[in-house]
Amino acid sequence: MFDYNFHWRPVMKSLPDLLEAAMLTLQVAVLAMILGIVIGLCLALIRLHMRGPLLWLASTWVELARNTPALFQLFFFGFGLGSFGLHLSPYMIVLMGLTFNCAGYLAENFRGGFQAIPDTQIRASRSLGMNAWQAYTRIVIPQVFRIVYHPITNQMVWAVLMSSLGMLVGFRELSGETQFFASRTFRIFEYFAVTAVIYYVIVKLILGASRLLATRLFRY
Amino acid sequence: MIEIHDLHKYFGSLHVLKGIDLNVEKGEVLSVIGASGSGKSTLLYCINGLEPVQQGKVVVDGTDVHAKGTDINKLRQQLGMVFQQWNSFPHLTALENVALAPKIVKGKSKAEAREIAAQQLKHVGLGDKLDVYPSALSGGQQQRLAIARALAMEPEYMLFDEATSALDPELVGEVLETMRMLAEEGMTMICVTHEMGFARDVSDRVAFFHQGVMEEIGPPEQIFGNPQSEHTQKFLANVR
Ligand SMILES: Nc1ncnc2c1ncn2[C@@H]1O[C@H](COP(=O)(O)OP(=O)(O)OP(=O)(O)O)[C@@H](O)[C@H]1O
Ligand SMILES: [Mg+2]
Repeated sequence: MFDYNFHWRPVMKSLPDLLEAAMLTLQVAVLAMILGIVIGLCLALIRLHMRGPLLWLASTWVELARNTPALFQLFFFGFGLGSFGLHLSPYMIVLMGLTFNCAGYLAENFRGGFQAIPDTQIRASRSLGMNAWQAYTRIVIPQVFRIVYHPITNQMVWAVLMSSLGMLVGFRELSGETQFFASRTFRIFEYFAVTAVIYYVIVKLILGASRLLATRLFRY
Repeated sequence: MIEIHDLHKYFGSLHVLKGIDLNVEKGEVLSVIGASGSGKSTLLYCINGLEPVQQGKVVVDGTDVHAKGTDINKLRQQLGMVFQQWNSFPHLTALENVALAPKIVKGKSKAEAREIAAQQLKHVGLGDKLDVYPSALSGGQQQRLAIARALAMEPEYMLFDEATSALDPELVGEVLETMRMLAEEGMTMICVTHEMGFARDVSDRVAFFHQGVMEEIGPPEQIFGNPQSEHTQKFLANVR
């Protein structure tokens, strides 16, 4: 009834390759997050302060990123642009897809963060002679950062997990690499079990590091 | 000296200040009283340029606050302001709250700014709270922190917008005490207040505002003892 024999040896032999692929996963996720934070911040500020075509663009971005499957967003940068003759490398497809998605989600978090800071904080800053830039960077942003810190951590975890969709556009990050070895050796269960453990460890490391950093950053 | 000439302020079509003329001399303490919505806060915001004006002008030590070429951030260093909601910066310690503006606005060194901050916090009785975050301070202490923060810019004038009216009654005294101390030190102050005792005892003049008009101004004995305007009489009868 249960005639499957586990063979872990091939998995163990390709473990260095898997770990290398895991680094690639982490790299693309971190890059997408950095870009996502910068773009998300811009999108949030546009949605809070601007009118006209820019507002329309920012709103559309956020709506699409949040309300369509992440896989479709990835496919857009792959097959979508491909059908217009613009062929990106698998790495770029995943990076752009992830960035698009993260920026959209983070934009909404940032917007909520900005709205949570009372106007009177800016008035108080300006009354001390600070210019608008100083009031924003010294008073508003640090407080917003604390509000969005945990959402950013969650988004980072999500970026790592979502990058596994990369294997569907031929990107050999952790999942793509696993798929490659699994189909070559037919040890499908073993490979994906080990890879699941690697994902789990990465996520736990991110959460642990985030918690540690939070106790250092936020003393109030 | 603060000179206000024929000042008009509108919020959209709402005419909030209807031609205010007022001079405040160096060293003077002026209390501003009046019903809610009469334009008292708006007057203060127009004085330090937090609100634009539609007609007339405000001149502080010879500089027109609302003129195009005015460096408003520089001018505001002369005009400390304390708000009804105390507005401490929650992510900074008491010391950092006070040291920040001297450092980034006035360009003081870090050590100098901290020195000034510690001194001002001692001045308002918070010398033992330097490294405490605002969340651990009472409302009265946070309001004194806000006063120290404004004083650290070494302003020539202090504007108080109902500095005590958001406080629990038992905390009002300590803040009024601090304001009284400043007055005795010779600070020029404009205090919007509901504390009639403070207005009577501390100020040189009291101005009564009614629906955007300064109906009456004079020494406290006159305003409280022998008010001329009917609206002043009614207002004072109600608050007593
Ligand atoms: N930002 C604003 N936009 C529109 N209307 C405003 C604004 N600020 C104040 N007003 C209106 O201007 C009028 C004067 O307001 P102001 O806050 O100066 O009154 P106040 O005398 O300080 O009253 P209070 O004692 O309640 O503080 C009120 O009718 C108020 O609703
Ligand atoms: Mg007011």
